[in-house]
Amino acid sequence: MADAELQTDLPDAPADALTTEDLLDIYATMLLVRTLDERVWAMNRQGKAAIVASSQGHEAAQLASVWALRKNAPDFFCFTYYRDLAVTTALGLTAEDSLRGFLARDGEPLSGARQFPQHGAAPELKFINHSNVIGTHVPQAVGWALGAKMRGEDTVVACFFGDGTTSQGEVHEAMNFASIHKLPIVFFVENNKYAISVPMSRQMAIERYALRAEGYAMPGTTVDGTDVRASYQAASIAVQLAAIGGGPSIVEFDVERYLPHTSDDDDTVYRDPAEIEQARKRDPLEKLHALLSGTGLLSEERDAAMKKRARDEINVATDSAEAAPFPSDEDVFRHVTSET
Amino acid sequence: MAVVTVIEAIREAMREEMARDSSVFVMGEDVGRRGGVFLATKDFLDEFGEQRVIDTPLAEASIAGIAVGAALSGLRPIAEVQFADFIWPTVNQMIGEAARIRYGSNGKLNVPMVLRSPYGGHVRGGLYHSQSVESYFAHTPGLKVVAPATPYDAKGLLKAAIRDDDPVIVLEHKRTYRSVRGETPDEDYVVPIGLAEVKREGTDVSVITYGLTLHYSMQAAAELENEGVSVEVVDLRTLRPLDTETVLESVRKTSKVLVVHEDNAAVSVGSEVSALIAEHAFEYLDAPVMRCAGPEIPAMPFAPTLEAAYMPTAEKIAAKLRELVAY
Ligand SMILES: Cc1ncc(C[n+]2csc(CCOP(=O)(O)OP(=O)(O)O)c2C)c(N)n1
Ligand SMILES: [Mg+2]
Repeated sequence: MADAELQTDLPDAPADALTTEDLLDIYATMLLVRTLDERVWAMNRQGKAAIVASSQGHEAAQLASVWALRKNAPDFFCFTYYRDLAVTTALGLTAEDSLRGFLARDGEPLSGARQFPQHGAAPELKFINHSNVIGTHVPQAVGWALGAKMRGEDTVVACFFGDGTTSQGEVHEAMNFASIHKLPIVFFVENNKYAISVPMSRQMAIERYALRAEGYAMPGTTVDGTDVRASYQAASIAVQLAAIGGGPSIVEFDVERYLPHTSDDDDTVYRDPAEIEQARKRDPLEKLHALLSGTGLLSEERDAAMKKRARDEINVATDSAEAAPFPSDEDVFRHVTSET
Repeated sequence: MAVVTVIEAIREAMREEMARDSSVFVMGEDVGRRGGVFLATKDFLDEFGEQRVIDTPLAEASIAGIAVGAALSGLRPIAEVQFADFIWPTVNQMIGEAARIRYGSNGKLNVPMVLRSPYGGHVRGGLYHSQSVESYFAHTPGLKVVAPATPYDAKGLLKAAIRDDDPVIVLEHKRTYRSVRGETPDEDYVVPIGLAEVKREGTDVSVITYGLTLHYSMQAAAELENEGVSVEVVDLRTLRPLDTETVLESVRKTSKVLVVHEDNAAVSVGSEVSALIAEHAFEYLDAPVMRCAGPEIPAMPFAPTLEAAYMPTAEKIAAKLRELVAY
């Protein structure tokens, strides 16, 4: 899937366009997320953070999705997966919250540091990312959309997952049900063309995942997920469709994973360095930077100030998270059932 | 007081809860126009409409998964798995997810759902319509598992399950559906989850059981009474959390225990009951804990002779009781 091939099966609906201010906000968030992500990798290599699954390469798609939900849905709720640091950050999870998770410290808001980083729930921020079990959240997201529809709420549910996840039977079952009942949900597929080491060609025999949408009688589109504006446009159309009762859609983002699957992975045994080099050329942060500076929206001084602000924020958050204690083992028996 | 069958009691429990609480709804295969293959949801479609009586595609994993999500969103789904033999695709969602969501979110989320399923054999159901599946679920902290055997308990426990804020697996022995009748009160009531009940008082020996074998144990107890032996029968009713106190109280009273269930013995509810007795009532025992349970074969076979060979019947239970009394 080359950069330029933007394939859209969706009807062209006018999406409430991103403003200059939105683009600058997205850029600021992307800078923060990237700085945070890089910090966590460094802390992993220092032996401080047990594991990290990076959002690098996926950030444009993730942030565009959140902006599309914010600007086009009366209300929304997200079911995310482990690679969605930009989604969770955009939804309001602070850098310090995330760092407490990566360091398994007390006060971590999603699971009380019971779970892997980024896992647990923040219903107050409109997201759940409970499970490490690939694909289980997809029927759950559909169930949430069913609940919203039954209660007559105008919530649009967003469900994020990777290309490998699409092979799970439960994902098929969930999409089928969502389409039968025309539920208000968008399936955001972050296709980085790898499931750990297994390439997309061993995951599916079709050229792009969104082709499956036809089999569910729902719209499906594949878009350059490293391009914020294109991603926003595709996501917005799907969100609007869900919001007006038009049912579910698949939005497939063509993104890159130029780092190993996680900090525990060694990608040198299965990836060609030249391919990774190519992937890096689609770095969404650089692309957004080029867009903003090329159109005169971002001066060098402003860029430097924004980068410094991101670094400062991460530095403060790191110090604070590192100073926090591990959770007390007194709580280990709590929250098994309503009685405990 | 009305005299009803188990399936009627189950139907009434759901109907009353759906009328009481608009967040309660049913979903499953054939639950709509057909009213469920055992007619548990007969006429529900007309009474409650398509929105709350959902005929799902033939896909158990997502029946469970969608119910989990709907429960997370604040509804109270009652998901039906047509036969417990087809429950295995739900394990990913029930054991992997539903059981762990409260814990894994540090109490921020909960999953107030019910998964109902007809289980058990002695109905000529063969390998795939006879299975006992309770141990797999009862093993899992975070789940609640009930297995009522009478109309009163079926209605009361199902109502309690629907109102419970945690995921509850309700296992209904399909042979009891139409063969067991009993009284249920006209007024609203629940049977609290986690309470066993002494179904028959006795002084010489205790039977600890649940499900269809409760009825077979009652028959065996009546038979032994004719032989001058006083048998106490304890119906566990809830398999997680187990009512340890009621079990131990009976053991302290009789000093001899037979654990009876249709599920095979290894790593079963009976294993747990036996271990609890060994741990907490060892000094009270006058004989080793004995068990009368399904054999270690993968399923209940179809032919009547083979099925009978599997089943812990009243005769087999009575024989074990005589052995225990003679010890
Ligand atoms: C059911 C299940 N099987 C295997 C795994 C191990 N695993 C974790 S992530 C992953 C690959 C997922 O790939 P994809 O969906 O493409 O997401 P990506 O990491 O590429 O964003 C695998 C196999 C798992 N977590 N759950
Ligand atoms: Mg992938």
